[in-house]
Amino acid sequence: MSLMAELNQRALHRGVPLSVHLDLTYRCNERCEHCYLEHNGDGEMTTAEIRDLLRQLADAGVFFLTISGGEPLIRRDCFEIIEYARSLSFNVKLKTNAVLIREKQARRLRELNVEQIQISVYSHRQDVHDGISKLPGSLNKTIAAIRLLRSHGLKVTLANVLMKSNLQDSEGVRRLAAELGAHYTLDPTITPRMSGETSVLRLRISPDSLQTVFHNPDLVGNVAEFCAPPAPVDEGALEGLPCSAGHTACYVSPRGEVYPCVQFPLSCGNVRQQPFLDIWKNSPQFLEVRSIRGKDLSTCSSCRHLGTCTRCPGLAFMEGNMRGPSSADCEKSYVRTGIVSAGMLARGTAAAPRLVQIAPASDRHACA
Amino acid sequence: MTDKFIARSSAVAARKLGTETIIMSAVDSTLFSLNETASLIWHAADGKTPLSEIVHRDIFGEFDVPCDQAYRDAAELVEELAHRGILRLSDQPIVDASHESRSQL
Repeated sequence: MSLMAELNQRALHRGVPLSVHLDLTYRCNERCEHCYLEHNGDGEMTTAEIRDLLRQLADAGVFFLTISGGEPLIRRDCFEIIEYARSLSFNVKLKTNAVLIREKQARRLRELNVEQIQISVYSHRQDVHDGISKLPGSLNKTIAAIRLLRSHGLKVTLANVLMKSNLQDSEGVRRLAAELGAHYTLDPTITPRMSGETSVLRLRISPDSLQTVFHNPDLVGNVAEFCAPPAPVDEGALEGLPCSAGHTACYVSPRGEVYPCVQFPLSCGNVRQQPFLDIWKNSPQFLEVRSIRGKDLSTCSSCRHLGTCTRCPGLAFMEGNMRGPSSADCEKSYVRTGIVSAGMLARGTAAAPRLVQIAPASDRHACA
Repeated sequence: MTDKFIARSSAVAARKLGTETIIMSAVDSTLFSLNETASLIWHAADGKTPLSEIVHRDIFGEFDVPCDQAYRDAAELVEELAHRGILRLSDQPIVDASHESRSQL
């Protein structure tokens, strides 16, 4: 077991929220077409409120702090907040589009020892990237900022959200990352808006395209392993936890609402009305999320994919039942392995013509 | 024997988890987990208190180990932590350790 996995186990055992994602604002200088947020600055926590929250998070044992938004650097107090977070010895990761980062900001991030900076890059081509971000010139500014950050020795990850409009560009972004000395991560998940509105899902890539991605060794590593059929469901999967949301991780919105995860819009309380630790330990919502084991999942408990599925309880919640399947993850499991999920059978989508069986059940050693 | 002074590096994140301490270097993202004894030394590393005093105050009284043995073990530990860049080590008090001392762990 890796040290990180051990730490997560210890935090789980002790009920410690090891990781918190904090959005400083929902305001943004970009208008990315797939974004799940409403860019409204109403009711944001003040600097003093955020400092108080950070003290509470440190006391609660939070170690990994992701600062994001919206665009966090749009807040004038962003660096003051990061500096305070570092003085409380958090491991700080910043998620940004980097458009506002110049030499001064890059140098400050280095001085503050921000551990890593994740930057959204949709394409290596300006027309595609800027077409998604809706901010002319944004790709050039973002790349210039990445060069500055790298020149200061900061660890940068390019986050490449994959959708129909940039499907052909993942290889280009991967090469760009290599050229810039940055890490690369690909995410084909488009989530509904926090309000539950689902029109953005039209941007999701098709199952056929997802199949191509999942069978690209440059993107997934060992394809045979990645696409291997699931092992038989065992006791570990039935007694297992769906994910870290609400167990060792949670999300705090710019208005102080606490949720199990940034894509799990089940409000568990608000730090303006209640201490964070009280919400974390006692909110009925957190207690309910924590009570759920694999065997309790209404459809997934009988699914072959239970032990290996990336099932997101937040997406399931947005589909109406946090104990139910998440259709996007059913699709991923199917596309990855060629084995229909219990959720697909229940919904009657298994025979839909857009879904293609990758390998027959009797020949599943590799999906390529 | 020359005494040593130790100060926590400002380039790390750290948090107590039970009796242990998690540390991650912002330089290379290496993760460390310090046991109870190492945690006591880490938290006492203010740049001003000599290592011998830290050992006598925080280790010798807490653990059933001879003081000279405790000091040798502690000296070996701080050398290792300094080598990994998560602790600063000097023969003199470390005067600019104020940032590190402010850190609430």
